Amino acid sequence: MTKTLTLGAVAYDPKVVTIWEGFKDHFAAAGLPFDYILYSNYETQVLGHLAGHVDVAWNSPLAWIEAERLAAKAGRRASAIAMRDTDRDLTSVIVARKDSAIAALPDIRGKRVAVGAADSPQATLIPLELLAEAGLAPERDFEVIHFNIGLGKHGDHVGGERDAARALMAGEADACCILDANRLLFAREGTLPAAATQVVAETAPFDHCNFTVLDDAPAELVERFVSILLAMSFDDPAVRPLLEMEGLTQWLPGRTSGYDALNRAVDRTRFLDAFLA
Amino acid sequence: MPSSPEPGGRPVEIDLEGIGLDEGGEVLLRRALRRVPSGGEVAVKGVHPELTLHLRAWARGEGIGYRACEGGAGGTLVRTDRFESMPVERAGGSGIEGVRDHPPANWGLAGRSAQVELGGPAFDFTLIDKAELWADDAARLYARATAAQWDPATAIDWSAEIEHDEEIEDAVVQVMTYLIENETAALMVPARFIARLHPHFREVMQLLAMQAAEEARHIEVFTRRALMRRDCLGLSSTGGQASLKTLIDEPDFALASFLLSVMGEGSFLVLLDFLQRHGPDSITRAVARLAAQDEARHVAFGLAHLRRHAAEDPGLLARLSNAMHRRHAELAETAGLNRRVFEGLTVMAAGGFSPASIAQGHARVMQLQADMDHARRVSLSRLGFADADAAALSQLHTRNFM
Repeated sequence: MTKTLTLGAVAYDPKVVTIWEGFKDHFAAAGLPFDYILYSNYETQVLGHLAGHVDVAWNSPLAWIEAERLAAKAGRRASAIAMRDTDRDLTSVIVARKDSAIAALPDIRGKRVAVGAADSPQATLIPLELLAEAGLAPERDFEVIHFNIGLGKHGDHVGGERDAARALMAGEADACCILDANRLLFAREGTLPAAATQVVAETAPFDHCNFTVLDDAPAELVERFVSILLAMSFDDPAVRPLLEMEGLTQWLPGRTSGYDALNRAVDRTRFLDAFLA
Repeated sequence: MPSSPEPGGRPVEIDLEGIGLDEGGEVLLRRALRRVPSGGEVAVKGVHPELTLHLRAWARGEGIGYRACEGGAGGTLVRTDRFESMPVERAGGSGIEGVRDHPPANWGLAGRSAQVELGGPAFDFTLIDKAELWADDAARLYARATAAQWDPATAIDWSAEIEHDEEIEDAVVQVMTYLIENETAALMVPARFIARLHPHFREVMQLLAMQAAEEARHIEVFTRRALMRRDCLGLSSTGGQASLKTLIDEPDFALASFLLSVMGEGSFLVLLDFLQRHGPDSITRAVARLAAQDEARHVAFGLAHLRRHAAEDPGLLARLSNAMHRRHAELAETAGLNRRVFEGLTVMAAGGFSPASIAQGHARVMQLQADMDHARRVSLSRLGFADADAAALSQLHTRNFM
């Protein structure tokens, strides 16, 4: 019997079914037996991966760290085999209203900062780490207002960030933390008018999702999986809608050099202690 | 304005001044990127406080390379082969010489000659063969139709006196009742085909839409005339509806067009001419005259595309003939023309109830039917039927006239 490569993904949106059904067809047409399992949250996916339910996991950056650390604890090794071009070199920004007294990071002291879901790397963990490294401890030096939309989905649902931006404009918060691309998106859609707001600080670039495998993954199938991914062309009308839905123009090899800030944030906040225990 | 690049030379430079990418800057960036080849660079500068952030986030999402600029706002964009790379194809040409024989389903709703991105949805149009539906004359007929539109409120003097007696008015109401249901069929048949037609055949689509709109207006004026002195319409007969249902149920465009436009509306043109001559009041005569103007174009288009179709498909005439026989068999056991319509036409043409007047009216209705037969035979001959075949086929036409 031909072995099937099974992928795990988190259903953060109904379109996830459309995306992976499309990829399933594409892999099948390319000769790779492929199936997928959808999880409702990344923690269950990571545990399922470690338990051998899936061969590859489409992981958020936080899920990558969860998988990497859980694997290490079990004497195993995780690696990132591929990622989107749009997963590389993101930044998050801290935005304040122009009419506020916040012009730079130190001005955050004593203020209210709206963030996304508690487990969102881009809208919570990494920007709060930026503040912490600037000497401003969350909940000690400033108040944190969480918008916990889709907890367990690691901020994949943009709703938390949008609510944080709305809270800023409504005067319920003095600053908000959002992804750089959402700064542009929210300005365009009017949620966060550029004329009324300004970027107070920006994080260093970091990386986002990756396809994660563990050391016991079926090497030949994984190799074919990656080669089919890397061969997908944005010019191909048949696969382009899938790439657009998944938010990329090109698959790239995986790299793990862009997770330092998130690792520091996780360590400082002991965010994963309970999960890894 | 960006300058054109020299191959391997300096990058295009663009100054966004104070605007960001949330304020239209993207338009200028795309314009500049289109002017460099893949791998070419566009140096962007400006004074918007978030320009660097905008550029990096935008470039990442678009699959465009980005290099920060040292010590200042902006940066350099590097065009990749993924920039605006969706493959496209031209949906035929804009003129009628650009009409394709079999336009693909994925051209969808795009106008002729548009650049269509590949990978779009395939529409379920079923009328996709030029041979089946095209007429080079369609654009001219459409232009004539748009120029000939008339406003029922002003084209007809609705205040004109109706002086004839009530029994003649009953005849008018009955004939209008019959006309309304026939025109309803003439609206629904093209309307159903419009939804199945590939929009690549724009002129045909427009003409059929105009045809449906014209029938809507005919229904309006016939209804208004019928109800001028009555609260209700007359009798709708099973025979008449059975005849019209065969038109509505015909799924084949060529056959439906033949039965409706050429045979049915062709006969109707003669009937409307009859009503212009024998209508007992100026309003009846006016609505018949105005409707006839439109119906003539409908017949002209039916003849034009069927003649073209017959020239390309030698089997078409046999199919048309079979359709006439099939419909004739289907309607053989029905009553045909509503008896009261026949009486109504006779009374209108008689203008009174003396035996001599009625005899004259009857003779005129007989002549009407002979004229209809002649008109159908002429049309059938123009489609390519031999005279004997045309004569035989005309006799098979529904006794309901449409």
